[in-house]
Amino acid sequence: MTAIQSLERTTAAPLETPRILPPMALLAELTHRCPLACPYCSNPLELTGLREELTTEEWIRVFAEAAALGILHLHLSGGEPASRRDLVDLTKAAANLGLYTNLITSGVGLTEGRVQQLSDAGLDHVQLSLQGANATMADHVGGYRGGYERKMAVADWVRQAGIPLTVNAVCHKQNMDQLDEMLDLAVRLGARRIEIATVQFHGWAERNREALMPTQEQVERTNATVAAARERLKGVLVIDYVPADHHSTYPKACMGGWGRIGLNVEPSGEVLPCHAASTIPSLRFDNVRERPLADIWYRGDAFNAFRGDAWMQEPCRSCERKHIDFGGCRCQAMALAGDAAATDPVCIRSPLRPMLETAAASDGAATPGAFVYRTMKPQ
Amino acid sequence: MNGETSAARIDGATIAKLARGVRLRDDAVRGQQVLLAPERAMALDEIAVKIVHALDGARSIDAITDAFAAEFGAPRDQIAGDVIAFVQELSDRRMLEILS
Repeated sequence: MTAIQSLERTTAAPLETPRILPPMALLAELTHRCPLACPYCSNPLELTGLREELTTEEWIRVFAEAAALGILHLHLSGGEPASRRDLVDLTKAAANLGLYTNLITSGVGLTEGRVQQLSDAGLDHVQLSLQGANATMADHVGGYRGGYERKMAVADWVRQAGIPLTVNAVCHKQNMDQLDEMLDLAVRLGARRIEIATVQFHGWAERNREALMPTQEQVERTNATVAAARERLKGVLVIDYVPADHHSTYPKACMGGWGRIGLNVEPSGEVLPCHAASTIPSLRFDNVRERPLADIWYRGDAFNAFRGDAWMQEPCRSCERKHIDFGGCRCQAMALAGDAAATDPVCIRSPLRPMLETAAASDGAATPGAFVYRTMKPQ
Repeated sequence: MNGETSAARIDGATIAKLARGVRLRDDAVRGQQVLLAPERAMALDEIAVKIVHALDGARSIDAITDAFAAEFGAPRDQIAGDVIAFVQELSDRRMLEILS
């Protein structure tokens, strides 16, 4: 979901690997541990425990390999990255390598002292998640009482430390109608930027479709709210917006194209082209414990599986949009079409689009039941 | 809580510097200069790099323009237009701290 603008000019990739450009961004999922239990968590259904996590030294080696490979942005994420006791040390090591360090956090697990330590360590930016515009909504969605109050305090500490702040607002059926209040809150908290992302239906969110899927009317209202806010808040708040996937005409350019811009390193060291890639059963993933990161990026089977367009079928293969949206999301094609190389069923040209629309309308109209919260324990 | 509530309008008197969280660095792997900001990486050409370096939080846009006009021997009005447009763009993206 990270939207890194393409560089305007790039030089050729190393000689032995024609056409594959170096990656721009690395998402380091430092841990799957998290005090919150958001029902749309992008982590896999089977979560990695503490004992399998990469050590401090292993993560620092990964960061060094990433910097040498051409990574510019390092996203420190999870789970909740503050659950790692070595977060300050990891941040310091990454900053010393010249990486742009971005902490993606729920705020829970941070203290005023720790925020100052992160600032001193060279942290460039904080992305703080907000699950709603008030404590009732936010704590209901996050499944953690007191979370909202803590987030308000964290935003204040971040501002006082002078670190720029982005508010991350994941939107869905139950909180979308609070978007204007979320925008106001972001401005009041001193955020320079907000990411408004409509829930994507993979993994945990797929289990909560009826509780999360917005209606067509909500989607249209949200589009209008965002357009108006971009005008009203120009130069005050930068707005990045991920519209509702299943209500769009064409699929999203997932990850900016498979193996084109970024990569994810899981808590266990597995390297994935996107956070949901492990839902594609035919793929085998390399691990940073066993193979250098550059080798994985340029020569790993999982990264080469859907690079370029040779893997595409019709209607993608002859489509004039194939270099715009890259056929959409491979994981969604796997989940809904049963074939990771199929056209993303979101696409208006997919034979499965009517089925997707009917399901979205039905789930949108459903009365939300109880959430299936994310948990480490199998359900 | 004290967020900015109105957009900055850049003119000749503006004094600005890169905001915290925005930095220019050498991207050795791609052989270019990049301006890094939250979720953004912009490859800058030589002129843009010069402007970014000139945004030192001390000199005004007018002073920067004068210096460029002398250095390049180009019409001052044209340079002023280019510099203000670029700096306004950076400001709208919340990449600058406006000091006055």
